[in-house]
Amino acid sequence: MQRARLAPFFMTLILFFEQLLNGVQLGVMLFLMAAGLTLVLGIMNLVNLAHGSLYMVGAYLTIAAAQWTGSYWLGVLLGLAGALVVGMIVEVVTLRALYARDHLDQVLATFGLILFFNELVAMIWGRASLYSSLPAWLQGHVELLPGSIYPVYRLVIIAVGLAVAALLWYVVTRTRLGMLIRAGASNRTMVAALGVNIRLLYTVVFGFGAALAGLAGLMAGPIYSVQPGMGELILIQVFVVIVIGGIGSIRGALVGALIVGIVDTLGRAFLKPLLGSVISPPAAEAAGPALASMLIYLLMAVVLAVRPAGLFPARG
Amino acid sequence: MLEVRNLTKRFGALLASDGIDFDVREGETHAVIGPNGAGKTTFISQLAGNLVPDAGRIVFAGEDITRLSAPRRARKGLGRSFQITSVYPEFTALENVALAVQAQSGHSFRLWRPARSDRSLIEPARKVLNDVGLSSREGVLAANLAHGEQRQLEVAMALATTPRLLLLDEPMAGMGIEESQRMIDFLGSLKRSRITMVLVEHDMDAVFRLADRISVLVYGRVAATDVPDKIRRNDEVRRAYLGEDA
Amino acid sequence: MLSRRLVLWSVFVVLLLALPPVVVALGQPFYIDLVRRIMIFAIAAVSLNLILGYGGMVSFGHAAYLGIGAYAAGILAFYGLASGWLHFGAAIAASALVALAIGSVSIRTSGVYFIMITLAFTQMLYYLGISLALFGGDDGMRLKTRSRFPLLDLGDSLHFYYLVLVLLVAAVYLTHRIVSSRFGMVLRAAKSNEARSRAIGFSPYAYRLLAFTIAGAMGGLAGALLANHTNYLTPDFMHWTRSGEIMFMVILGGMGTAAGPVAGAFALLFVEELLARWTEHWQVILGPLLILSVIFFKRGLAGMFYKPDA
Repeated sequence: MQRARLAPFFMTLILFFEQLLNGVQLGVMLFLMAAGLTLVLGIMNLVNLAHGSLYMVGAYLTIAAAQWTGSYWLGVLLGLAGALVVGMIVEVVTLRALYARDHLDQVLATFGLILFFNELVAMIWGRASLYSSLPAWLQGHVELLPGSIYPVYRLVIIAVGLAVAALLWYVVTRTRLGMLIRAGASNRTMVAALGVNIRLLYTVVFGFGAALAGLAGLMAGPIYSVQPGMGELILIQVFVVIVIGGIGSIRGALVGALIVGIVDTLGRAFLKPLLGSVISPPAAEAAGPALASMLIYLLMAVVLAVRPAGLFPARG
Repeated sequence: MLEVRNLTKRFGALLASDGIDFDVREGETHAVIGPNGAGKTTFISQLAGNLVPDAGRIVFAGEDITRLSAPRRARKGLGRSFQITSVYPEFTALENVALAVQAQSGHSFRLWRPARSDRSLIEPARKVLNDVGLSSREGVLAANLAHGEQRQLEVAMALATTPRLLLLDEPMAGMGIEESQRMIDFLGSLKRSRITMVLVEHDMDAVFRLADRISVLVYGRVAATDVPDKIRRNDEVRRAYLGEDA
Repeated sequence: MLSRRLVLWSVFVVLLLALPPVVVALGQPFYIDLVRRIMIFAIAAVSLNLILGYGGMVSFGHAAYLGIGAYAAGILAFYGLASGWLHFGAAIAASALVALAIGSVSIRTSGVYFIMITLAFTQMLYYLGISLALFGGDDGMRLKTRSRFPLLDLGDSLHFYYLVLVLLVAAVYLTHRIVSSRFGMVLRAAKSNEARSRAIGFSPYAYRLLAFTIAGAMGGLAGALLANHTNYLTPDFMHWTRSGEIMFMVILGGMGTAAGPVAGAFALLFVEELLARWTEHWQVILGPLLILSVIFFKRGLAGMFYKPDA
């Protein structure tokens, strides 16, 4: 067969290319989460640990809606809308009381939200992983390079993510809302002093973030496991992204997300074999996965040592 | 004692400090005045070590401290009081001053003996409180002190660090007439004990009574440095202060 | 000098001393286990209170030290070393070292960054624990042999209970001495007003780092105790939700007080216990309870008994 004649080096190159795409796909999803979170943090000075819960809600509601209506697209639509609505409710009921409080209180209160949502989801759908199905046209593979077939769905995720990034770029740099957002991220009190309706701005920003998180969640459904606590797993990586990228900066979120996504994915794929060629294979077997999982945190520590405020902090 | 050459600081397009030359002789009280927005706070912040200048040098007692952090400058004898009261609200007046004494008594890696009953901290603190006139209020939480008393505490804390040079940033800010008089008298007694002071103030009465020399800051530049009488008659200064008492 | 505070503490300790014989007589020995578990977490809370309540450092990664302490004991036991002194000593030393490492990087930052970084590092250790297949990975492992001490048998429920009680009292007392000392004053001053502290000549970094290390070491001790209590250790010991729970104990009980973390540990774990008996989905109730307590209950429980340490 043609493949058997390809040199091993070429195959590694293909593997590298595929993993690189995986990394970009993860990065794009991290970006969707990070964009909302970093704006909320930069503009409203609110640490929202429950952002991961909105991701989870997006995934669960989409699956439930798709099952209920029998249509993938309706599922997506309802899931997204549901995440938005849940986000709004959370904002009005809980977060409004926290804007004026210090970060510690915000952390603890949103931590309470996490417990609540995780358990609520477990009560309704159980603790086992849910299965999320894809319509036929999204299930296929595509041959990008000779010998490399790649899932269509992951490419779609990358496309959607980049489209959202482009949309955000347009909104932030070309519209009045975007101007308010940028101003708010670098000087909150000034924006309030200028007479802008802060309440409305906050709600819009938060809603935006919630929708993005829900989108990330519903896209994640088919490829990652949908279970209680899934939000927190990705949330910590999102924190790393924000620390690296800088608070309040969408550009930082994108750059940080891509870096984290790529480093993490490539690390998990290649660190063990790389180590195996340097030290003994059994040692690499043990150390490889351990080191790979620590990679992005070490990266974060290094970035912080050099740039304590991240790569592109909104407040100079 | 203090020599500043070409101090420059930019915030984006705003030139807050424009090549400031400034010096203070030992035992002198050198006042810094200027209209709002002249850059007095920026200037003091750079002297104290809270802002790093873009260019220029600061030499204190023969040593270049331009790049030294604020705590290290304080340990070298640069004391500072803040324009907006900055004390420890949940500690008593005595504890506040004791902390300042502690900061100057070597390292604080002592983890066992209680600080509250440490006489080597309490006695000097009591003395400073007495000098400032707050003895009767030593057990009161700083948050519960009257505004004027808090300003006195500010100065007391700066004094308790046994400074070689005192940076006083508007010590009379927000004080009534009587309190201001008391503070002026107190600063006068400090002056008589030959403590070197840099005094930033709006209260012209205080400035002209206390200052040996006055520097006028306008738009980040030193417009004039001279003895009070000459400053009073200086045209440029009058222009800068049009509408204010000079 | 019998201050009100001392009286209250004495009463509390006496109650705890008396608890085992009383509950045994009432036929409910289970409470010995429960209170022992609460006291172990109280030690962890006391250690966090040092840096959070008094030092103002919002460390979301304190559970890491519980895990390190537990694994230190567990790994030594795995290799057949059973000496309690070794277990506890290693737990304390390892936690102190890791705290020193994490702290040296994290304490240079502040505010939100500090929270996120401590959280991230804890998660890193959690993943490390999961990937150690030799020690059970995801599932964790049994504590092969309990920590052996000359006169004590930690397998004996009563012995162990009193040991934990003694250690809890020691932890509270030690923390009390530390926060009242010159060192503690720098820590508290830096929390109260950092700009002022720097202006009078304090450089808070070294003090904060030492406090962070001490807190980590104490947390490690709690971890070793916990491993002995559950007889099992898993990476979940250092899961970040654990960190959140311990933070809650500190806040709920009242930050910056000696009694706060202890009161918080008792309150939170008793509430969890009660709720858990009622429904397996107790977290769905606990979550909103926590939210409400944060929004409405600012000074904490200890604030009801006396004013915070001035």
